[in-house]
Amino acid sequence: MKSMYTLATAAAALMAMSSAQAEDMTIVSWGGAYSASQQAAYHDPYMKLNPDVNIINDESSNEAVAKMRAMAEAGNITWDVVDVVAADAIRLCDEGLAIEIDPDKDLAPAPDGTPASEDFGELLVSPCYIPQIVYSTTFGYRTDVAEWGGKEPEDLCAVFDTETFPGKRSLEKRPINNVEWALLCDGVAPDKIYDVLSTDAGVEQALAKLATIRDDVIWWSAGAETPQRLADGEAVIGSTYNGRLFSVIEEQKQPVKMLWDWQVFDLDGWIVPAGLPEDRLKRAMDYIYFATDTQRLADQAKYISYGPARKSSAPLVGKHAELGIEMAPHMPTDPNNAKNTLLYNYEWWADNRDDLDAKFQAWLAQ
Amino acid sequence: MAALPPYASSAQIAWHYGFRTICALIFLFLMLPIMVIVPLSFNAQNFFTFTREMLALDPDGYSLKHYNDFFTNSDWQGALGNSLRIAPMATLLSTGLGTLAAIGLSQQHVPFKGAIMAILISPMIVPLIISAAGMYFFYSRIGLQGTYWGVVLAHAALGTPFVIITVTATLVGFDRSLVRAAASLGANPVTTFVKVQMPLILPGVISGGLFAFITSFDEVVVVLFVGSAGQKTLPWQMFTGLREQISPTILAVATVLIAISILLLSTLELLRRRSERLRGMSPG
Amino acid sequence: MSNAQASDAGVISADGVPLKVSLARALRRQKIRALMLIAPLLIFVVISFIAPIADMLFRSVENSIVPDTLPKTVVALQEWDPASNEAPGEAIYAAMHADLVIAAEQKIHTRVGQRLNYEAPGVSSLFRKTGRRVDRMEPGNYKEQFLAIDKDWGNVEIWRTIHRFSGNYTSGYFLSAADAELTPDGIELVPENERIYLTLFVRTLVLSFTITLTCALLGYPIAFLLSNLPMRTSNMLLILVLLPFWTSLLVRTSSWIVLLQQQGVINDLLVSIGILDDQNRLELMYNQIGTIIAMTHILLPFMILPLYSVMKTISPSYVRAAKSLGANDWTAFWKIYFPNSIPGIGAGAILVFILSIGYYITPELVGGTSGIFISNRIAYHISSSLNWGLAAALGVILLALILVFYWLYDKIVGIDNVSLG
Repeated sequence: MKSMYTLATAAAALMAMSSAQAEDMTIVSWGGAYSASQQAAYHDPYMKLNPDVNIINDESSNEAVAKMRAMAEAGNITWDVVDVVAADAIRLCDEGLAIEIDPDKDLAPAPDGTPASEDFGELLVSPCYIPQIVYSTTFGYRTDVAEWGGKEPEDLCAVFDTETFPGKRSLEKRPINNVEWALLCDGVAPDKIYDVLSTDAGVEQALAKLATIRDDVIWWSAGAETPQRLADGEAVIGSTYNGRLFSVIEEQKQPVKMLWDWQVFDLDGWIVPAGLPEDRLKRAMDYIYFATDTQRLADQAKYISYGPARKSSAPLVGKHAELGIEMAPHMPTDPNNAKNTLLYNYEWWADNRDDLDAKFQAWLAQ
Repeated sequence: MAALPPYASSAQIAWHYGFRTICALIFLFLMLPIMVIVPLSFNAQNFFTFTREMLALDPDGYSLKHYNDFFTNSDWQGALGNSLRIAPMATLLSTGLGTLAAIGLSQQHVPFKGAIMAILISPMIVPLIISAAGMYFFYSRIGLQGTYWGVVLAHAALGTPFVIITVTATLVGFDRSLVRAAASLGANPVTTFVKVQMPLILPGVISGGLFAFITSFDEVVVVLFVGSAGQKTLPWQMFTGLREQISPTILAVATVLIAISILLLSTLELLRRRSERLRGMSPG
Repeated sequence: MSNAQASDAGVISADGVPLKVSLARALRRQKIRALMLIAPLLIFVVISFIAPIADMLFRSVENSIVPDTLPKTVVALQEWDPASNEAPGEAIYAAMHADLVIAAEQKIHTRVGQRLNYEAPGVSSLFRKTGRRVDRMEPGNYKEQFLAIDKDWGNVEIWRTIHRFSGNYTSGYFLSAADAELTPDGIELVPENERIYLTLFVRTLVLSFTITLTCALLGYPIAFLLSNLPMRTSNMLLILVLLPFWTSLLVRTSSWIVLLQQQGVINDLLVSIGILDDQNRLELMYNQIGTIIAMTHILLPFMILPLYSVMKTISPSYVRAAKSLGANDWTAFWKIYFPNSIPGIGAGAILVFILSIGYYITPELVGGTSGIFISNRIAYHISSSLNWGLAAALGVILLALILVFYWLYDKIVGIDNVSLG
């Protein structure tokens, strides 16, 4: 029993210590190259301006919603600013786990005075969410596949054409994106996709289209898997985040090319947890104001090929910090890359995600 | 088994070598992953791939950059530091409490032995993902989530079954008359424990402790939930590495750890031989 | 019993206390001492481990979010007959309005929407949409106003779902975990294209059994070799067993990917020595084979170590005696040595089996779609879909399965006979 007691006091002492260091600010993100780009573009300059703040990186974005829900249940919020994708942000906002933000009051206007709400425009998909970047999930393919006889995929439907382009495909192990792509290549008009998917027959249709290539698919669940498979030659064509493909092509110099056709846009950005004490909330909002201004967002593009979420940042995007190449042509939002794009219907997925996922997983397990 | 007798029949000779070949193949199976990890950790590229340059033994295909990354990157060094802070403390806790409990369990009359055993073994048999989620919710509520002690407690709980199992196993063969003999010679229970029992069960305690250490040192599921940024351990860093950006740095880390374990294991073996020689036992 | 008492009563120990009393006291003291030694760990494990697990598993039946968030509606709905094919009357819509106004203020209406969305897709957005406008409703005529927001409020199915899940406790998660659902006509299996959990449970058991078998097949010769070699050699070889065991699970799994994939080391080797044609490379991973190979490798030490420790105790004189009595090598092994080593196989097998049932990282990385386990779905529901109730229900079933095997093992081998080298 005595050991339990000493343990408890030690734990209490430790907790008291950590709360005394009020300058720590915990920022949650994804880790890897993405966190590194945020460190360089946001954290380091912010800490230089505010020497009393120490930013701690927590790489828990993948479990962010689960963890924030449990934190709220326990009434013990340990995070200050959290980086999540739009779908998660909408869910957190719905559940009251994130605070609402007034873009024109809480965020910096563009350098020419345009208010933030206009500068971000339609990308403000949730009242709690401040987008940083636009990324896309799109395909990359190997350029040295002998069986293709010199042909290269030109559109999305090459993914479903195993005759002309034989070889393994690497697709994400979840229905989102895959069912949309399947319907597009099955002749459904882009603006009808969600109407079709809302019916049982539509889901069947999408799965049936996917079934035509099922034996050639290796499924992925982590974003780093497709780049590894493309580099290995294990897969000849595969979907992943465009920044990962940029790194494979430009940094690692692998024989891989981008297939931008029908890339699916998504957002990544900040939310601030609800229930923060006054002083921490003030600091979190101060950080957000700084980190989402026009220059900062443009700076991030120097380190990773994701497009800044502000319109006013686009002209400021410069060259890659190490490679020295122009970044603008590598942005998913560049007009040359964005001829055919899909923005998915967050509302629809919020309602049908669980149901469709159950069907998709059952289909996979058959 | 050791050597083939001169009168062995041809079938016996065939079996002798056949069996050894089978065993060699199984050992090969056991070592294959390690044989892949070590060369790949010197890959000049950022993928887990044997490049053409590597296969041609071209020096350009090899590089030490992943080792450089491990030893200079503050993320990796911080993770290593956290692992080294968490694992020994968890080991200490589980070994201490586990040894005591194992001694208690091996007494002749223990009420509710079956039930107690089931509870103490449970951290080993409950699937990790269930344990992780359960501890996550519960520790959040009592303020232990995301603290050093939260992770230590969780890892200590996961390590105890191994200590219980190994120590009770050594106690099965323990001759209780030794305790009585010591007591009859006037030793109090503490002296008896330290002077008689402890030295005899020490091998069990050490091997249980090693299992507990490795449990904590290699654990990723629970720490992912129970820990936060301040407790990011090596396996957590490796997990992020695999998920967010495949980098052979984790292979370099693994190679370093393998080298350390080879050193450790051989030292233990040499020490054992030395102590056997000192005690005048035949090396067997 | 009374006879024994009568005969014992006369015996008095040295200090004048009846022997029986004295012995009983000594026994009690022994028991207390044993318990005192166990108590610290027991308390520790109960607090740091058992309590969290119990807390987690309780979520599998807990449903208080519905009655807590919609108290008036739940009461009012008792008047409504779910078998009728008509949407409820004005009173129930008024109750729903009153509940939603309070819930929307606290921003918890969407949580109840999420909960009910597991049972009826679409409820989530219905509650979200309604929550935004509910405070702007005029008093009176609520049904009309609700229907104006979304015609789904007139859908009987939605009301049936709320009615069915209005209790503090629910069997809904367990039914989902068994691929079933509660319909007005009773319990029914879900449509075939949504069934997954039963398949996964069966697959988890079958694959774990296969892995146990391969571990036994590969582990037995190694343990046999180790226990029959001189100590020096066997200890050096033991390092070869322990080394992979000490190497990070994640790293070992990734290196199996490098080895097994179609463009991987093994296939490359087979192609280069001409056994395989470049077009027909073997599919060794992203299927059940991958899971079996990688998991066998990871769990093999858990088979070898207990086997080895049992085999070490089998005296070589048994086999020698058998041979001197005329048994040939095989008979001596099969009739004498093997039966003696069975406890080791039992110990190793159950350890491997129990550990493999709960694995999920390795199957996730190498198992593709056909080689994943039920734990993968539990992990998905915990961190992605956030359906913690379903995760807990799946966990309870998995745990129950494991406890059955643990109990069997305890009956057959005895849990204190496991040894880890």
